[in-house]
Amino acid sequence: MNHPATPPSTQPAALCDLHEIALKEPATVVGVRAPSHAPEWSGWLAEIGFLPGERVQLLGRAVPGGDPLVVRVGDSTFALRVAEAACVQVRRVASAVAASGSVR
Amino acid sequence: MKEAVVHVHRGGPLLALVGNPNCGKTALFNRLTGSRQKVGNYAGVTVERKEGQFSSPDGRLLRLLDLPGAYSLQPRSPDESVTVDVLRGNARGEKRPDLVICVVDATQLRRNLRLVLAVKRMGLPCVVALNMADLAERRGIVVDAEALGRELGLTVVRTVAVQADGADALRGLLDQPEVWHRQPLPDDVRDLAPEVDPRGDHAAVQGILERLGLAEVAPHLASDRIDRAVLHPLAGPLLLALILFLVFQAVFAWAETPKGWIEAGTAWAGASVSAALPAGGLRSLLVDGLIAGLGGVLVFLPQIVILFFFILLLEESGYLPRAAFLLDRIMGSVGLSGRSFIPLLSSFACAIPGIMAARTIANPRDRLVTILIAPLMTCSARLPVYALLIGAFVPQREVWGGIELQGLVLFGLYLAGIVGAMAVAWVLKLLTSRRQVRTLMMELPSYHWPQPRNIAIGLWQRVKIFLRRVGGIILLLTVALWALASFPAPPVGATGPAVEYSLAGTLGRALAVVFEPIGFNWQISIALVPGLAAREVAVSALATVYSLSATGEDAAGVLAPLLAQGWSLATALSLLAWYVAAPMCLSTLAAIRRETGSWKMAGVAAAYLTLLAYGLAFVTYRLALALGAG
Repeated sequence: MNHPATPPSTQPAALCDLHEIALKEPATVVGVRAPSHAPEWSGWLAEIGFLPGERVQLLGRAVPGGDPLVVRVGDSTFALRVAEAACVQVRRVASAVAASGSVR
Repeated sequence: MKEAVVHVHRGGPLLALVGNPNCGKTALFNRLTGSRQKVGNYAGVTVERKEGQFSSPDGRLLRLLDLPGAYSLQPRSPDESVTVDVLRGNARGEKRPDLVICVVDATQLRRNLRLVLAVKRMGLPCVVALNMADLAERRGIVVDAEALGRELGLTVVRTVAVQADGADALRGLLDQPEVWHRQPLPDDVRDLAPEVDPRGDHAAVQGILERLGLAEVAPHLASDRIDRAVLHPLAGPLLLALILFLVFQAVFAWAETPKGWIEAGTAWAGASVSAALPAGGLRSLLVDGLIAGLGGVLVFLPQIVILFFFILLLEESGYLPRAAFLLDRIMGSVGLSGRSFIPLLSSFACAIPGIMAARTIANPRDRLVTILIAPLMTCSARLPVYALLIGAFVPQREVWGGIELQGLVLFGLYLAGIVGAMAVAWVLKLLTSRRQVRTLMMELPSYHWPQPRNIAIGLWQRVKIFLRRVGGIILLLTVALWALASFPAPPVGATGPAVEYSLAGTLGRALAVVFEPIGFNWQISIALVPGLAAREVAVSALATVYSLSATGEDAAGVLAPLLAQGWSLATALSLLAWYVAAPMCLSTLAAIRRETGSWKMAGVAAAYLTLLAYGLAFVTYRLALALGAG
């Protein structure tokens, strides 16, 4: 993978990659960038709904290994590999909003 | 063997159904056209083409094309390319549709409406079928069809694909002349140029949804609850194993009775023809060639129907993508993706539908590897051979806890096929997939109750494809092999069975030299020749060589003690090992040729399977000899 792993910290950054957010943690898509070995991914991810402003959530991780992931994007659910999810940059929604149930 | 490509342009205006995958498009197609469907291929590509006919309330005859599902008009698979080409009017042998029906899943509006906007820009007259409106309402999403229509500048009609009145509303709409004309694009959509960038359409859709009060994302309560169990780290795989176990139980247990009927029917037909015709070439051709040969293949129809019934059930309900998700990791370790699971599962009934199901795999390398390993899955045609040899050589006794040794050996043979396939995939991964990037990005659609109508139509289409093959290539090969085994006729005063003197016999003797190192005698070598048509034919061929006049199941009953006396255990084990991998099925090779478009791949498959079979049999034979089973 060509994305550097984010160092563990107690204060999670607002911006991170999709595979790094916690299960059920609400987030919104900031953008998609494809790795150089699969340039077509950014288009494909956008087409299935990973578009700026769209709400995303991790619903599950496969066992063993935590790969692939179950991702809710907008109204849809997709299975993504970790490498694919790593192409999606997301912004964590503030936890206060999460508590009030922004996903209704 | 190519399936017919339909080139006719007559028969009224052409409509095309377009929509995202899993939007209920095919259910709507089934609802509109009922059984008046033709399934074939698009010219030049192995993408399934479905066309049907229906009448409008005023009695106009309309043709309806069910285009492959697409997420956008930027194609990423051969299926999606066909959809784009047909809409552009570029598809070979296809007329450009007169009207497009955009099918929209009301529970997935934001993704589905983007495609509607893209289709509208193609400049074809277009109406929107708001599908699954009932499901959406149950989730609290109430869509005002008229308001949505105003926003899109298109006529929107509510359809519920599983109810007759939903389709009727759409039918009624088609008698209004204005829907057949192109409608102008709304200003805010026309100005954007999102052909290559879905973000423009995304913003437009977001605006529409906000104005309709639908911008909130509704939770998928029922589906998510099911997923918590189905995708659970522990319960999920257990459930999958249980489902697969039950499916295989059903395939083998339920099929027995109808198989008996088909065998009885074949025997009756053979006896009737024998009684009606004088002995001679014609009678032999009809009875030994056609009736016995085709009957021997038709007998697998019940198992294929039962397996496909379950596959369709799992597919319709939305479970299959979850199974692919659960298996993605394991498949990934040998360089495949979870998507290969469905074709490989189908191959347990018969490799041919499995090879055809590989069309859904977008990655060309993965698709090819899946096609190449599909014949290693133990198809039901190997069962008669396994049953004969296990019955003859493996003693009937309990190992422990009620588990039969014979059953255990059978299970081992199935396992050997799976492990062999995984090993081949792994070797191919080492050889070919360096720098390969595999994509999953697979939708997990909401669960639905399977609709009996859709299952019945899907099953009937699979049965038709199988029967067409029986009537085509299998018929041809059966006759060819009958000729090989019948000519030249034995000389006057010959004492051995006729097949010994035939071309097949000569070939068998030549082959015996090759097969001697793996313990096959000349009788087995001869039986392998007609066994090329279909694996199970080897049983009746062995019976013929051992000069028994019975066929099929009866042969197995009489043959078993003869074999038990005549062969060593090592030979029997070697033949079993041979059958795990042997490419003894010309129809499978023909299917590979058709799906890959080249004889080269069929040749590669035949060559590697033969080598693998020979190697397995050699090791088994030598090991058995060393352990004193000679």
